[in-house]
Amino acid sequence: MQNWIDAYSAVNLKFLLQGLWVTVEISIISVVFSMIIGSILGIIRYTKIPYFSKIVGFIIDVIRNLPLLLIIFFVYFGLPAFGFKPDTIPAAILAMTVFESMMVAEIIRSGILAVDVGQMEAARAVGMKYTQAMWHIVLPQAYKKMIPALVSQLISLIKDTSLATIIVVPELMQHAQVIYGQNANYIVPMYLALAILYFIVCYALSVVSKIIDRRLA
Amino acid sequence: MISAFTNNWQNFLTGFGWTLLSSIVALFFSLIIGSLFAILEVVPNKALRVIGNIYVEIFRNIPLLVITMFFYLVIPLYFVKINGFTAGTIGLTIYTSAFIAETVRSGINSVDVGQMEASRAQGMKYTQAMRYIVLPQAFKLVIPPLGNQFVNLVKNSSVLAFVAGFDLMYQGNAIASQTFDTVNTYLVVGVFYLIITLPISYYMQHLERKLA
Repeated sequence: MQNWIDAYSAVNLKFLLQGLWVTVEISIISVVFSMIIGSILGIIRYTKIPYFSKIVGFIIDVIRNLPLLLIIFFVYFGLPAFGFKPDTIPAAILAMTVFESMMVAEIIRSGILAVDVGQMEAARAVGMKYTQAMWHIVLPQAYKKMIPALVSQLISLIKDTSLATIIVVPELMQHAQVIYGQNANYIVPMYLALAILYFIVCYALSVVSKIIDRRLA
Repeated sequence: MISAFTNNWQNFLTGFGWTLLSSIVALFFSLIIGSLFAILEVVPNKALRVIGNIYVEIFRNIPLLVITMFFYLVIPLYFVKINGFTAGTIGLTIYTSAFIAETVRSGINSVDVGQMEASRAQGMKYTQAMRYIVLPQAFKLVIPPLGNQFVNLVKNSSVLAFVAGFDLMYQGNAIASQTFDTVNTYLVVGVFYLIITLPISYYMQHLERKLA
């Protein structure tokens, strides 16, 4: 019992919450970048520009089908060979952004495909340019349909930040490891705390997603 | 990149083998466990439904790494000694089963309720109707999403590297730290993952288009 009380001391809890904050920061920054890059890539793949879209599509498929952990290793240990040595947190953000952008690109593309083609045709028929029709008519409808998929992608991104512990990014998982590294009796309390903290964040997001989905439907 | 492979091909192939083994074992068990919890989520009994829901929500919302490390560190502490491969595969099975449960449940829900009602009207028991009428139709619907879950499972099996699970990622790291040729080693590791994941993922896209 004493172990549990010691494990959850105020100092340790504060240290865990600091880790959680880094996790959230990395997730938010990566998600913002990957929404932008992913949208561009998804639209490029959807518009079927000869050769270009095929090449972009293939790159998306290749990266999507690799483990994120491999991409983290590649960014952190591989890029220095090209003379670029990112710090741990930027390396994690870069790896997550590369990986998540490809995931978002696929979600965006299927979201656009789910919008009735009649919408685009009607917009073009009333004199809009392709880009205008895409921006003002098709994309807003597509994003609405994609909200659940995008939120579940965000949830998996938050869970995946735990992988960055391998390059010693000071996020939640790594902070927990530091704490139980001092005393093996803290292992169980720390894993329980990790499970609870990740669960609260991820489950809350999934509930919010359900509410938004119901509002928009 | 070719010499990075030829110099250490045994290690890469060993890793590839362990990755495949772990993925297939985890797929097998998570299909069984996932289907069971999917059925729990749709049965008329409310208590069972709650149990099914709790299982799925808990394991879907906790990182795979936390689950895996828990088994790797805690089971040997209080119960039996298990190696990284076993702990990793157990973690993978539990994590994936929650996603499979969600997939199968949505499959069951998309089978017309008339199918269940008609079978019950014919005199079948609930379990019989589920087993012979609803589930076969549900599984046909969920083959593409299950295939995608398998792709995720293969990618996720890289967490075995955290627990010394002998898999591709683990071997890749060992080779990279010996040869210092990180770029080429990780490229070879990537190719090996793609050998499994890309064909499945393209085939599932093809199936989805055919079913749609």
